[in-house]
Amino acid sequence: MDFPTFFQHLSNGISLGSLYALIAVGYTMVYGILRLINFAHGDIFMMAMYFAFFSITLFHLPWYIAIVVVILITSVLGMLIEAAAYRPLRDAPKTSVLISAIGVSFLLENLATYIFSGKPKSFPEFTYMTSTVQFGPVSVQRVSLLTPVVTLAALAILLYIINRTKLGMAMRAVSKDYETARVMGIKINRVIAATFAIGSGLAAIGAIMWGVKYIRIEPMMGVMPGLKCFIAAVIGGIGNPVGAVLGGFILGMGEVLLVAFISQLTGWRDAFAFVALILVLLIRPTGIMGEKTTEKV
Amino acid sequence: MNQALKTMVPVLETKNITMRFGGVVAVNDLSIQVNQGEIVALIGPNGAGKTTAFNVITGVYTPTSGDVLLKGESITGLLPDKITQKGVARTFQNIRLFKNLTVYENILIAKHLRFKADFMSATLQLPHARRMEKQMHTDTELLINRLGLQSVKNEIASSLPYGQQRHLEIARALATEPELLLLDEPAAGMNPQETDELTAFIREIKNEYNLTVFMIEHHMDLVMEISDRIYVLDFGVLIAEGNPDQVQNNPKVIEAYLGVEEDA
Amino acid sequence: MKKQYDKKRVVLNLILIAASVALLIYANENMSFYSKRIINLCAVYAIMGLSMNLINGFTGMFSLGSAGFMAIGAYAVAIFTVPVDVRAEVFYLQPMWPLIANIHIGFLPAMILGGFLSAIAAFLIGFPVLRLRGDYLAIATLGFSEIIRIAFTNLQTVTNGPLGIKYIPSFDEIWWPVGVAIVTTVFMFLLIKSTYGRAFKAIREDEIAAEAMGINLFKHKMLSFVISGFMAGMGGALMAGILGTIDPKQFLFTLTYNFLLIIVLGGMGSISGTIISSVIVTAGLEWLRIADEPMIMFGYHIPMFRPGFRMVVFSILLMAIVLFFSKGLMGTKELSWELLGNWYKRQRARFIKKDPSLKGGGSK
Repeated sequence: MDFPTFFQHLSNGISLGSLYALIAVGYTMVYGILRLINFAHGDIFMMAMYFAFFSITLFHLPWYIAIVVVILITSVLGMLIEAAAYRPLRDAPKTSVLISAIGVSFLLENLATYIFSGKPKSFPEFTYMTSTVQFGPVSVQRVSLLTPVVTLAALAILLYIINRTKLGMAMRAVSKDYETARVMGIKINRVIAATFAIGSGLAAIGAIMWGVKYIRIEPMMGVMPGLKCFIAAVIGGIGNPVGAVLGGFILGMGEVLLVAFISQLTGWRDAFAFVALILVLLIRPTGIMGEKTTEKV
Repeated sequence: MNQALKTMVPVLETKNITMRFGGVVAVNDLSIQVNQGEIVALIGPNGAGKTTAFNVITGVYTPTSGDVLLKGESITGLLPDKITQKGVARTFQNIRLFKNLTVYENILIAKHLRFKADFMSATLQLPHARRMEKQMHTDTELLINRLGLQSVKNEIASSLPYGQQRHLEIARALATEPELLLLDEPAAGMNPQETDELTAFIREIKNEYNLTVFMIEHHMDLVMEISDRIYVLDFGVLIAEGNPDQVQNNPKVIEAYLGVEEDA
Repeated sequence: MKKQYDKKRVVLNLILIAASVALLIYANENMSFYSKRIINLCAVYAIMGLSMNLINGFTGMFSLGSAGFMAIGAYAVAIFTVPVDVRAEVFYLQPMWPLIANIHIGFLPAMILGGFLSAIAAFLIGFPVLRLRGDYLAIATLGFSEIIRIAFTNLQTVTNGPLGIKYIPSFDEIWWPVGVAIVTTVFMFLLIKSTYGRAFKAIREDEIAAEAMGINLFKHKMLSFVISGFMAGMGGALMAGILGTIDPKQFLFTLTYNFLLIIVLGGMGSISGTIISSVIVTAGLEWLRIADEPMIMFGYHIPMFRPGFRMVVFSILLMAIVLFFSKGLMGTKELSWELLGNWYKRQRARFIKKDPSLKGGGSK
C-alpha cells in the first residue's frame, strides 16, 4: 500500500472514529449515572438524522438554523424517553430497565419504519462539505477534516461542564453515589434529564455530520453504530467521556484500517467491534481509563 | 468446661495474611488460630477489616500475601464454593438469603453441594439421583424440625421477621454440614432478648453439631459471655488477643474503642 | 386428604392430555396450511422462550444471544438436509465445500446435530462471557450472536452466504415442532424441579450467597447456558424445517427481542407462563397483520393502518408490559390445578357478592 492510499484510509478512519466518539459519549454519560446501557441511544442518533433531513428538505430551513433546531429536538427526544421509559423504573430491578431500553429502541425503529417508510432516503447534499481538499497526492473531504475538530471541541465543552459547573458537580455526585446524592438534596431527575439532553445533543451533532458524509438514511441505521459506540465506551472505560472518545477513535480507525490492509475481511467488518469488545472484557474489563470497582460482600 | 484449651487442634489458621485494595491495606499481617470446639470472636471498631478477614478466609478475596489453612491444609485462593465443600460455612453481615424462595427451599439448596449425580440423572430422576434427592429432603426436614423452623417452613424468606431471617441464615449455613461456622455479626440489629436467645442458640448448635465457631460481633455482652478467646483488630492490625477478661482489661483495646484519653 | 387431592390431579392431568392430543390430531388433519404453520411457529417460539427463560428467568443472567444459537441449529438442518442433487442449484454462485457437499442426513439427526453444535458454541462462548455480570453479559452475548450471523453471511461455500439456502425439505404437519416443544417443556419442568434447577434459582436470587452455599457459579451458569443453547439450536432447526428457506438476515439480533417479549409477558421464571405467552405473542403477531392492511371502518379509510403499524403496536405492547406489568402473566409461579381452582373460587366469590341469588347454585 502506498503512502497516499494509506493516508486516505487513515483520514477515513479518523473521521469515522470521531463520529463514533460523539455517540459513545452519550452512552458513557448515561451509564455513568444510571448504570444502564441506553439501547435506544443509537436510535436517537437515527431519529436526529431524520429530523435533519426533514428540517432541510421539508421546511427548507437554512443549515445553520437547522443544526440548532435538530440538536434541540433530539435533546428533547432524549429527555422524553428518559421520563417515559426509565424514570418510572427508577427503583425497579436493573433487568427491567434494560428491557425497557430495548423496548424503546425497538419502538423507535418501528416507528421510523412506519412514519418515514423503510426505504432509504438521501441526506440533502452539502456540496461545500463533501467537496475535497488536496494535500499533495491525497484528497480529503472537508467534512472529514471537520469531524475530529467538532468532536474534540465538544469534548472540551463537555469536560468544562462536568468539571467546572454546578450541573457537572451534581452529575459526578450522582454517578458516584446515587442514594447519597439524593439525600444531599440534589435533584436527581433534573440531573439525569440534563445528562440525556447532553448525550442526545451530541448524538445529533454526530448524526448531521454522518448524514453529510455517508448520505444514506434508513430506520435501522442506528443499530450498528449504536452497538459499536457502546463498545467504544466500554473499551475506553465506561463512565469516562475522555475514554469514550478514545474508544471511538480506536474502534473507527481499527475498523477502517483492518479492512484497508486485509481486504478479504471486508465482509467481517462489523464483527471487528464485537471481537474487540470481547477481548477488552477479557483482558481489562474496566477499559482503558475506567476505575476498578469491587462489589461489597 | 473449657475443653478447647485442652485439645488445641487447630481447625483454622491464618498465617500473616495481608489484603490490599489499591493503596488501602484492609488487613495487615494477620495471624490467628481457631481450635477445634472453640468459640472465638473477632472484634474491633468499624472499618477495622473484620469482614475483609472473613472474606479472605472464605475465598471471596484472594489475599495479597499470606496463607489460610484449614486443618493444616492450605485453602488460600480457592473459590468460595470449594471452601464451603471443605467444611466452612458462613453467614453475612447484611443478610443474604434467597429472598423470594421459601424457608424450606433455602435450606434444601444448601444441600446441593452434597449431591453427587449429574444433571441428566437428576432431571430424569434415575434411581441413584432419586435416592439422593430423597435424602436431601429428609435431611432438610430434620434440620428444620431440629431448629424450630417448622411453623415457617413454607413462608417466603424475605417475609420473615428480621430475627428469624438471621436464624434462617445460620440454619442454611448448617445445612452445608460444616465443621467451622463463620458468623458475621449474627446479633446485628437484635434487641437484648433476641441476643440472649441467639447466644443460647449458638451454644446449642455448637454442641449439637460439633462445631467450631468463629464470629465477628459488636454486642459485647454476647462476645464476653460466649467466647473462649477473642481477637481484636484495629486498622487491619491485630492489637490484642486472649480470653474475655484479658481483652476487657487490655489498655490497647480500650484505646482503640474509646480513643486515646488525651483526645477525649 | 393429600392423597385424595393427588388422585384428583392425576385424573385432571389425564383428561387434559387426552383432550390436547385429540385437539392436535384434529388440527393436523383439518386445519389449513396457514393455520398449521402458525401452530408450528407457536411451538418454535415456545421452545425459544423456554431456552431464554432458563438463562434469564431461572438463572438470573441477562443473555441476548438466542438468535445466534438459533441460526446454528437452522443452518445445520439447511446444510445437511437439502437433497444432494439440488445443491448445485442452491449454491450457484460458488459450489459447496466438497467436504460436506455430499453429506446428506435426515431431519431428526440434523436437528439433534443442530442442538449439539449450538450447545458446543454456547460452551465455547461461555468461557469468556459467563464471568461478566448483568448488562455486560447482555452486550457480549448479543455481540456473539452477531458474530455468528456475520460468519454465516461470509462462509459462502458452507452457508451460501447472504443468498441463504432454499429447497430445505419442509414439513406441513405439526408433529415435529409440537412434539419437540412438548418434550422440551417436560424436560424444563423436571430440570427446574431437580436440585440443579434449585441451584439455578439460588444463583438468580443471590450469587454470593449461592457460592457460599457451595454452588460452583461458573459450572452451573455454564450448564444453564449450554442447555439453553441446545434448546435454541433445536428451535432453529425446526424453524428451518418449517420455512424451507433461510438466510442470515432472519437471525439478526432483533429476532431475540421477540423471545424477550415472550418471557417478559409470560413471566421471567415461569415455564407455563412462557408457553402461554408464546402462543399469545405468535398468534397475536399474526393477528396484528390486519394492522398492516388498509382498514375501512364506517366508510372511512383509517389512515393509521398501513405497513409497519403492526410492529409499532408490538413494540408499544412490549413497553407497556415492562412499565406496568413487570411480573408478566405468571411472575415466577407455575400454572397448576390449585392455582386455577383458587382463581375460580375467587371469581365465584366475587360473582356471588354481586348477585347473592346465585349462592345456592354452586355445586358442593
